Amino acid sequence: MKAFNYERATSLAEAVAKVSHIKGAKFIAGGTNLVDLMKLQIETPTHLIDINDLGLDKIEASADGGLRIGALVRNTDLAANQQVRRDYAVLSRALLAGASGQLRNQATTAGNLLQRTRCPYFYDTNMPCNKREPNSGCSAIGGYSRLHAIVGVSNSCIATHPSDMAIAMRLLDATVETVRPNGSIRTIPIAELHRLPENTPHIEHTLEAGELITAVTLPKPVGGTHIYRKVRDRASYAFALISVAAIVQRDGTGRVAVGGVAHKPWRVEAAERDMPRGAKALTAGILANAQTTHDNAFKVLLVERTIASVLNEVKG
Amino acid sequence: MKFDTPASSNPIDQLKVIGKPASRIDGPLKTTGTAPYAYDRYNVVSNQAYGYVLGSAIAKGRIASMNLAAAKAYPGVIAIVTAENAGKLGKGDFNTALLLGGPEIQHYHQAVAVVVAETFEQARAAAYLIQVEYVRTKGYFDLADEKSKGVAKDDPYTIAESAVGNFSQAFSSAPVQLDASYSTSHESHSMLEPHATIAAWDGDQLTLWTSNQMIAWSVGEISKTLRIAKEKIRVISPYIGGGFGSKLFVRTDALMAALAARAAMRPVKVSLQRALIPNNTTHRSATIQRLRIGATKDGQITAIGHESWSGNLPGGSPEAGAVQTRALYAGANRMTSNRISQLDLPEANAMRAPNEASGLAALEQAMDEMAEKLGMDPVVFRIKNDTQVVPDSPLKAGSTDSQANKNRNPNPPFSLRQLVKCFETGAERFGWHKRNAKPGQVRDGRWLVGMGTASAYRDNVVMKSAARVKLDNRGHLTVETDMTDIGTGSYTIIAQTAAEMMGLPLEKVTVRLGDSSFPASAGSGGQWGGNSSTSGVYAACMKLREAITVKAKAQDPKFDITNAVFADGKIQSKSQSILLADLAGSRGLVAEDAIEFGDLDKRYQQSTFGAHFVEVGVDAATGEIRMRRMLAVCAAGRILNPKTARSQVIGAMTMGVGAALMEGLEVDKRYGFFVNHDLAGYEVPVHADIPHQEVIFLDETDPISSPMKAKGVGELGICGVAAAIANAVYNATGVRVRDYPITLDKLIEKMPTMV
Amino acid sequence: MSIFDPSRRKFIQTTAASTGAIITAKLTTDAEAKSVLKPKQVTEPAKVNILLRVNGSEHQLMVDPRMTLLDALRERLQLTGSKKGCDQGQCGACTVIVDGRRIVSCLTLAVMQEGHDITTIEGLGTPNNLHPMQAAFIKHDGYQCGFCTPGQICSAVAMLDEVKAGMPSHVTSDLTRSPKMSAIEFRERMSGNICRCGAYSNIQDAIAEVAGERT
Repeated sequence: MKAFNYERATSLAEAVAKVSHIKGAKFIAGGTNLVDLMKLQIETPTHLIDINDLGLDKIEASADGGLRIGALVRNTDLAANQQVRRDYAVLSRALLAGASGQLRNQATTAGNLLQRTRCPYFYDTNMPCNKREPNSGCSAIGGYSRLHAIVGVSNSCIATHPSDMAIAMRLLDATVETVRPNGSIRTIPIAELHRLPENTPHIEHTLEAGELITAVTLPKPVGGTHIYRKVRDRASYAFALISVAAIVQRDGTGRVAVGGVAHKPWRVEAAERDMPRGAKALTAGILANAQTTHDNAFKVLLVERTIASVLNEVKG
Repeated sequence: MKFDTPASSNPIDQLKVIGKPASRIDGPLKTTGTAPYAYDRYNVVSNQAYGYVLGSAIAKGRIASMNLAAAKAYPGVIAIVTAENAGKLGKGDFNTALLLGGPEIQHYHQAVAVVVAETFEQARAAAYLIQVEYVRTKGYFDLADEKSKGVAKDDPYTIAESAVGNFSQAFSSAPVQLDASYSTSHESHSMLEPHATIAAWDGDQLTLWTSNQMIAWSVGEISKTLRIAKEKIRVISPYIGGGFGSKLFVRTDALMAALAARAAMRPVKVSLQRALIPNNTTHRSATIQRLRIGATKDGQITAIGHESWSGNLPGGSPEAGAVQTRALYAGANRMTSNRISQLDLPEANAMRAPNEASGLAALEQAMDEMAEKLGMDPVVFRIKNDTQVVPDSPLKAGSTDSQANKNRNPNPPFSLRQLVKCFETGAERFGWHKRNAKPGQVRDGRWLVGMGTASAYRDNVVMKSAARVKLDNRGHLTVETDMTDIGTGSYTIIAQTAAEMMGLPLEKVTVRLGDSSFPASAGSGGQWGGNSSTSGVYAACMKLREAITVKAKAQDPKFDITNAVFADGKIQSKSQSILLADLAGSRGLVAEDAIEFGDLDKRYQQSTFGAHFVEVGVDAATGEIRMRRMLAVCAAGRILNPKTARSQVIGAMTMGVGAALMEGLEVDKRYGFFVNHDLAGYEVPVHADIPHQEVIFLDETDPISSPMKAKGVGELGICGVAAAIANAVYNATGVRVRDYPITLDKLIEKMPTMV
Repeated sequence: MSIFDPSRRKFIQTTAASTGAIITAKLTTDAEAKSVLKPKQVTEPAKVNILLRVNGSEHQLMVDPRMTLLDALRERLQLTGSKKGCDQGQCGACTVIVDGRRIVSCLTLAVMQEGHDITTIEGLGTPNNLHPMQAAFIKHDGYQCGFCTPGQICSAVAMLDEVKAGMPSHVTSDLTRSPKMSAIEFRERMSGNICRCGAYSNIQDAIAEVAGERT
């Protein structure tokens, strides 16, 4: 871990100003991903601005009948929130499928969205990785790639976004609220927060330098049956091979987002009209133009069968 | 004490303390965080500095140059040791690769430097500033590619090949035949405590507080590596956070701490970072195995052939998957072969039940497949082919005693073999009769449900083991032996042994382990530790009993020693009793002895047996496999402590679940390393993977094994588990996966279509 | 839907390494780039004065901001019960309880924990005065090597409080109701604590006993 200076921010304005003005400064909240990556010198902030005292840890009703979730709400608290459990059950389910009890107690809502990939080559600093070291090459391509992405990939990177929560957020059409260094507030639809790797996999999201997520808002509840199905080798405490988040209405329509397949939470709205036609048609739309490797080709069929299973569960 | 004739009645048979499910005597320390593991020992020596190990960035090649300038200049850095400045080092006999690499590099993450600094944070940061230029050379990394170059090579542990009768003829003429290939993955011990050592020099005297299963071996290995006399080395390892074979040998933490402490001129503590463990330390080699079984239509095996291929660095040993097939089932015509190919991956070495764990994963799946071909129940098929003698017992490698060889029984009897009873007991307890022999028939909601079974088999090994016992004037006994407790329960069974022998309650016994200043024990490995080390304590206690008897007679000439018994803290004759405390006197009484085993392990095949029964659920859509029930029935001699022995078995069953369903070190065949080198990438079972587990020990004593009449049990439990699970997955789904671990990607294309 | 395997041809060209031939200069710039290219930022960080409240006692410490809570407990306060099994949040051996919640102490910095109530295994009980969970682990042999044990026990204690507080888990069937004190709940919730010795079945028995006494 490289040396850094540590400060606790006492106001939003101060936090944002510091991170935007000090070269190499970063926010820290839960720390579960950042501290890990700092130990490996994959992240090398010169300053850490601790934002835990900023009071961004409330869950409150929003004006339009939705929910406003503070950026620092811990994963545990979000999953346990009564209204989330009742009206946004897919979000609770996704959160509870992720990590471990300990990590969910530490990890925050915004940090979860911004966590970095778990690609083992990204984590091994001896290996080429375009995400860690631009233009050094991608070791996963042609290497061990069982866990890697199958849609939205590029010749530069086939890493996945590891979050479960983000898949549910994408399904729920969440909006990310931020404060920019100049103090202005903006909202970003979650679909536009994460980027595909293209030829700049080191740029993972659309936030500006120093821009801070302050909240995530959910639109008013859409009803339906909420399911989050995470598929993994061991029964718990493992990243998804793939996951399926779905909300299905009584008439058989609904929405689906898929995790473990792309550099961002993956949802193809246009494909969702095929939901009543069943899993095969729906999956064909969602995973159109999939590019698989020898190791991860199974994910296509796995997504299809998992979606089929989810749709069966809704039928009861 | 020489043990060369089967044990007759002895004080252990009283079973007042032995055989009781005593709670671990080290429990209060372990559950309160006060048991001192190697890296915890801040108080054994002052002024400890921190060492951080840098691993090689390439798998094979050499270091062209190293620039330490930036690292040396980093705040807090005291010293940096590399191969260039470490001085001339030897190599221990048990290590295949060097523990400090450079300029030649033999495997990925081989240690190339240790940085010593005032704080851990400084040492770690400075290590990242070392600049190394490597030149990579060609290496061999893929077992499947290298398999054809495999050679059969005898070593002191393994006879590579054997043959009885005419296998090929018998197989080709057998009415029912199976010819199938299986593979197992490279596996990591992944014990929770990383290898760690604190080293301190006092002049030329070196003390290592470390985490090691084999104290006496370690002293010898450190002596060879550092080229200093054994007498100058003390190794202390009273608590070990898991080993499973990975701590049988001196590893780089110990060497680097010693070198670093010498360079820094102060004590240094080193713990390997988790990401180094899979590639820096040892692992279980992957295997490719071929099974050919021929049988008559009524299920009598007439031909059985087992070939196993594995890989290792030059000079390393094979994972000899075929060895147990020489002894497990009857059959007149047979062959086994264990071949090894060069792989430039990290060093392969022993991991819990080396050979058998991998070998049975293949053999016991083949037995299941064969039973199906025969239309027989797999339990019945196994019972039908039971044998009470070893059908194929090749000459031990290096046996030069021609007379002994001439007199040798080519089919030695088993000292005790109750495999059939294990199956009968287990089948009844598990409800095996409810299994539907036709696969894919049982459904529980989303889950396809299946049952599987497999034999467990593991040799019982006995090793010389010494101990010292001290009786004080409070009637308190202290046992000292360099035996280790790696979670096996050594502290407790040794205390129970001593208490039984001396007629003391457990609370009156203190056990001190893991210190090279104590008499050399068998150590912990190959499931020989429990039986051998308690036998050593038995021997020492016998000597102490003699000394006490002599003293009793001396103190009171009328004391009738012929029928003296030790009970309730006293030595008692018919009419008299004397407190042991009084006999010990102010100076106490000390006795030391070792158990040495004769040739009973050559005249008899000593083995442990078991039967596994498991039930799995397979998600009909995703192919995810989850354990529902597990039962092991074990026949392993006298069970010294059913509570701790049961723990050994459930732990091994759990590791077997890992091997069956999730554990595999993934090789990057371009760069030559294990990619998933942490505990997120290399998945081992978690709580949610393991259902309630049941273990039954058959009531048996084996007087041929030792005066304890016990056998090993620590490794038996993993043997066969993977196959039982594979067989259950087949029973659930109708999909046969012969490539471990059985992950859903290997199932999903063949799973029944979804409605 | 097309499934193809681009790794064989197209992608291999983009990777830096190839097997076989001796790789010299190219490798040095790729694989060792981290050390060759940027040995900067070689400064000693400013130490920070913090007050840590651990097991009811307050400790004034000057710490390197890089020091994790785990290392502060172990190396500065000599509370070595919390173990460093992975230092990456992947094993749970360093689990401690902060403000009633279990966390992994390896993934938080000591400087971030000022003002919080930290309970370690040493704060739960001592060999002569065991916490009920510690006693249950001994009774049910819920450990073997003992290295993961402090983390398991801290986790189990806080976990039962989570169930009692009605917090759901991955296996809670009805999210709108409070979870049950059941083996399946405990197994899921304890999954962040790896026990390589495989004492899980016994740990579950220990937890069930303590849970039974509490409910």
